[in-house]
Amino acid sequence: MNPLRTLATTGRVLVQIRNDPRTIALLLIVPSLLIGLVAWIFDETEVFSTIGPAMLALFPFIVMFLVTSIATLRERRSGTLERLLSMPLGRGDFILGYTLAFGLLAIVQTAVAVGYATMICGLEIEGSVGLLFVVAIADALLGTALGLLASAFARTEFQVVQFMPVFVFPQILLGGIFLPRDQLPEVLETIGDWLPLSHAIDALNAVSTGDEDDAYIWLRVLFIACWIVGAIIVGSLTLRRRTP
Amino acid sequence: MMNNSVEVRSLTVRRGRTTVIDALDLDVPRGAIVGLLGPSGSGKTTLMRAIVGVQIVSGGKVDVLGRPAGSAALRHRVGYMTQAASIYDDLSVRANLRYFARVQGAPKSEVDRVLERTDLTGQADQIARTLSGGQANRVSLAAAMLGSPDLLVLDEPTVGLDPLLRADLWELFRRLAEEGTTLLVSSHVMDEATRCDRLLLMREGAIIADTTPHDLLAGTGAASAEDAFLRIIDKDISAPGASGRGGRSGTRLLSREGRFRTDRGHGAKAGGRR
Repeated sequence: MNPLRTLATTGRVLVQIRNDPRTIALLLIVPSLLIGLVAWIFDETEVFSTIGPAMLALFPFIVMFLVTSIATLRERRSGTLERLLSMPLGRGDFILGYTLAFGLLAIVQTAVAVGYATMICGLEIEGSVGLLFVVAIADALLGTALGLLASAFARTEFQVVQFMPVFVFPQILLGGIFLPRDQLPEVLETIGDWLPLSHAIDALNAVSTGDEDDAYIWLRVLFIACWIVGAIIVGSLTLRRRTP
Repeated sequence: MMNNSVEVRSLTVRRGRTTVIDALDLDVPRGAIVGLLGPSGSGKTTLMRAIVGVQIVSGGKVDVLGRPAGSAALRHRVGYMTQAASIYDDLSVRANLRYFARVQGAPKSEVDRVLERTDLTGQADQIARTLSGGQANRVSLAAAMLGSPDLLVLDEPTVGLDPLLRADLWELFRRLAEEGTTLLVSSHVMDEATRCDRLLLMREGAIIADTTPHDLLAGTGAASAEDAFLRIIDKDISAPGASGRGGRSGTRLLSREGRFRTDRGHGAKAGGRR
């Protein structure tokens, strides 16, 4: 691992994205549009104030998962990954380079989504907006890390897209958005308690209501961070210099 | 050891249950252009990948510049150009090379140098997606040349190029060799054989001839390189034990000058990549 090579990779990924303005627009606008839609659906009710924070957790996660898994698969299929691994690039440089690039994008995406949700949709954040960012970024990095992992198991673009429901849907269903986790059947509640997105949703709810102290939120962030590190380690093990 | 850039001893590569390369031996002398020729699917790419150190091998030894292939110390010193242009098609030519130069640890000036040598200066700011196939291939070659590696492994570098560009590239290879670079170049265009210092003909995962352009023509009495290779392949197919079972025959097929060596494996089905 070498910081110069990691940053070179980050820079390269960001330039690639900059050369693709439509992707930038989609990354920045789509989450806000969907949050706006949810707010509109529940216009006359109190529902948005309870599920709005969870929406902020969901979009960076899903978007980053998709973008990362497809970008990595493209590297594998175009032969650029093979070229890089025959050069003095560490596997950690590759993964961390991607993580940093998409982490930066996630910050911008979250800023737009939070701004839109609070100023236009009237979502109220009682707690610290800074913490909200921390959780949302952790969430986006989680999506990046799991996306890297998923791409290792996919041979085609079709498979990658199918992995999205596999990795993401159960976390949404068991995360407590549809039904609070303590009302789920016991087995599902236990599973849900171990999934990272559940903790992101808990943390964002806590930030928006301001009911819990900072330690509660940081503990959730730490839990997500463990998942990120785990996924990155497993993901880098799947990056082999030698292939059949 | 020091006179050879690459030494391969009884290299065996299996993919699933098929043997792609069967107990292959090979020496590539330093500063030479060695042509690796053979029909597609004969194992050329697999052999090159083994030399670069990105191929899982099931047996044998591959030494490159005195070290085991794929060692960390070799990653600066071996340039590899894959068959498909492995570049980022959403980056400009210059941005591609700049990134690979940073990964290679080569100075920025290297980018302009390889652009010039591959005659791509005019396309430097073009997005790679908009390049022609031949241009994209040259970008891939330029990337392999960054940092002036001691060994260049080039997998079909001239495929899809017009004759003029092909001649230009071979001139470039010659200049690189004169500067001391060793080049291992694969091709299935047999006429390119005459440009090399040494020729290896592969078929079904084995090297069936190891010769020089002059001896190739003289030894087979053929008029063209293509013709000569067809004769060698014919001889190889009809060689005793060629389709037999039970291990390598290790026959040395005698040509007029006893130069053509035949090491045929048993029914090795070549499942070359791409």
